[in-house]
Amino acid sequence: MELKEKLVSSFLAFENKGNIDLDSTVHAIRLNAIQNFETAGFPTKKDEEWKYTNLKPILKEDFILFPNAEKSVGFKNIKDYLINDIDSYTLIFVDGEFNSFLSETTHEDCDVCVMSSALTRPKYKMIIDNYLNTIANKNNSLSELNTAFVKEGAFINIPKNTIVPKPIQIINFSTGSEKEVLLQPRNLVVVGENSHVQIIERHQNLSENTTLTNSVTEIFLHKRAIVDYYKIQNDTNESSLIDNTFISQKQQSVATVSTFSFGGKITRNNLEFYHEGEHITSNLNGISVLNEKQHVDNHTLVDHKSPNCESHELYKGIYADKSVGVFNGKVIVRQAAQKTNAFQQNNSILIDDGATINSKPQLEIFADDVKCSHGCTIGQLDESALFYMQSRGIPVKEAKALLLYAFGNDVVEKIKIPQLKTLISKLIAKKLNVQLGFEL
Amino acid sequence: MLKINNLHANINGKEILKGINLEIKAGEVHAIMGPNGSGKSTLASVIAGKEDFEVTEGSVELNGEDLSEFAPEVRAHKGVFLSFQYPIEIPGVTVTNFIKTAINETRKAKGMGELPAKELLQMIREKADLLEIDRKFLSRSLNEGFSGGEKKRNEIFQMAMLEPQLAILDETDSGLDIDALKVVANGVNKLKSEKNAVLLITHYQRLLDYIVPDFVHVLYNGKIVKSGGKELAYELEEKGYDWLK
Repeated sequence: MELKEKLVSSFLAFENKGNIDLDSTVHAIRLNAIQNFETAGFPTKKDEEWKYTNLKPILKEDFILFPNAEKSVGFKNIKDYLINDIDSYTLIFVDGEFNSFLSETTHEDCDVCVMSSALTRPKYKMIIDNYLNTIANKNNSLSELNTAFVKEGAFINIPKNTIVPKPIQIINFSTGSEKEVLLQPRNLVVVGENSHVQIIERHQNLSENTTLTNSVTEIFLHKRAIVDYYKIQNDTNESSLIDNTFISQKQQSVATVSTFSFGGKITRNNLEFYHEGEHITSNLNGISVLNEKQHVDNHTLVDHKSPNCESHELYKGIYADKSVGVFNGKVIVRQAAQKTNAFQQNNSILIDDGATINSKPQLEIFADDVKCSHGCTIGQLDESALFYMQSRGIPVKEAKALLLYAFGNDVVEKIKIPQLKTLISKLIAKKLNVQLGFEL
Repeated sequence: MLKINNLHANINGKEILKGINLEIKAGEVHAIMGPNGSGKSTLASVIAGKEDFEVTEGSVELNGEDLSEFAPEVRAHKGVFLSFQYPIEIPGVTVTNFIKTAINETRKAKGMGELPAKELLQMIREKADLLEIDRKFLSRSLNEGFSGGEKKRNEIFQMAMLEPQLAILDETDSGLDIDALKVVANGVNKLKSEKNAVLLITHYQRLLDYIVPDFVHVLYNGKIVKSGGKELAYELEEKGYDWLK
């Protein structure tokens, strides 16, 4: 059976198994979503938005849709994937199930807990009804698929005037103990007025089996809220990820999403920002360092609807072997959005002849008093810089690695959590075979 | 130490060096002067091994060994150092990390282990003090946003760290004010010994007031047209280059 049919036909059983009230909003949302998915199906290369990323090969697997949690996963199995030297809240999911033993949640000043509990507890009904699936793009059939099976994920609710004292780490592990696994985590983040939170999200396959993750995250920022969201994508070559992240911002809020892609088979990031007020800032940073046949597709949208807002987008990529990068950056500046500042930059370096980057800036500007720019460079390493380094005794291979490391550095510099900055530096250095020095 | 025999070099088919002969012995300071476009910087680049240039005839020998087949980094490992006229900016690599990599790669090439961090740090402090370099400067990205003077000082700092046998200083005086020039010259003089040699490339006699050469050569149209002692530099300053053509 094709994956689509398999998903659609399992929907009823999924609904009956859960303890969701049939009168609830959630039920209505799921039902509507499965119908949309059934109509639209999986995107194909014929869709303009999927021109450069072909999902077909990864959808052929006979996925287990509802895997059972692997009980044997303990701290020692996962500790390498956590940032251990910071105090943090952690939400650990194993094969789609929440693992409370390995996690650290809170309900004290804010709620850092899980979707399954939020969906069923009356206390959270209002939040679920007001926010869940309100900004997820209904034209995105993968997001609809996730919505149809919404069940588990991170639920983060920060009341107003709260600075969450430590970062939140959300990590989705798959153990593949039952061969190919499809995971569909669903995260909801609501940040109240004047509040601030830092979140680190990661997906990690602990087995050699195939994993496909279709994740949806909705983030809401109220007035003057600040959210720093970091995505670490360094999974095995058998793992694919479709990440759909939707962000709604009220006035004077600042949302920053940084995406670090170093691994995985196919990674598709759909990242969409919607402005609902003035003086909003949206920052989108990304760095991809790929080799072998890895494929990363960054599809971003910033929708400027109101005046006096800004967006800053910087994506860098280093592509070796037969790896493929895609950058599609869409910026819409609507007629009302006067005095918008929208900047976009995509810089890529192709190391090998077999590597590919498809870079597509897409600016749709309907207002006349705006500052918008986009820049796209695709190049090789600077020969004069190489000679300079060689003349100081650094062999050409090491010199290249050091230059590549340096190329990505301005994205790394934007990371606001020092321990995370160190980790990302190390991951990049490892991938490029650079020996890092020390700082004075 | 350095022996250049009948050196001819082309770039993109155009001959720039047309038969250079030059011998530099350990302990000596040589200056090469000449008008714009005479081939001064090309000579420096060819000795350092820049691949854009094609050596069509002649040879460059260091301690009796022909350098022509060696990559720039191998020449560096053998003791050649080129201070660039326009040092390259490398954002994201700190001065310290750069010099650490350079030193350890050179040691690796010589079959030595890495320099222990403590020794390296001590050496960095010593040499930074010698060139009156602020410590904060060392954790900045290499040459990024440096003033002209800072870049040149940083070049000499790297030279001090790498302790080359042959240091080629390409227009090290350009872009320096008089105080910075004194600091840089003082650094070079302190690093001079009986075992190493310096090749200065300059337009002006000014630098030679501070780093006094044993020999001055005039390069014109790809050839050395006149050699002499330090007094030749004054003569050039007075008369220009026209009388040599």
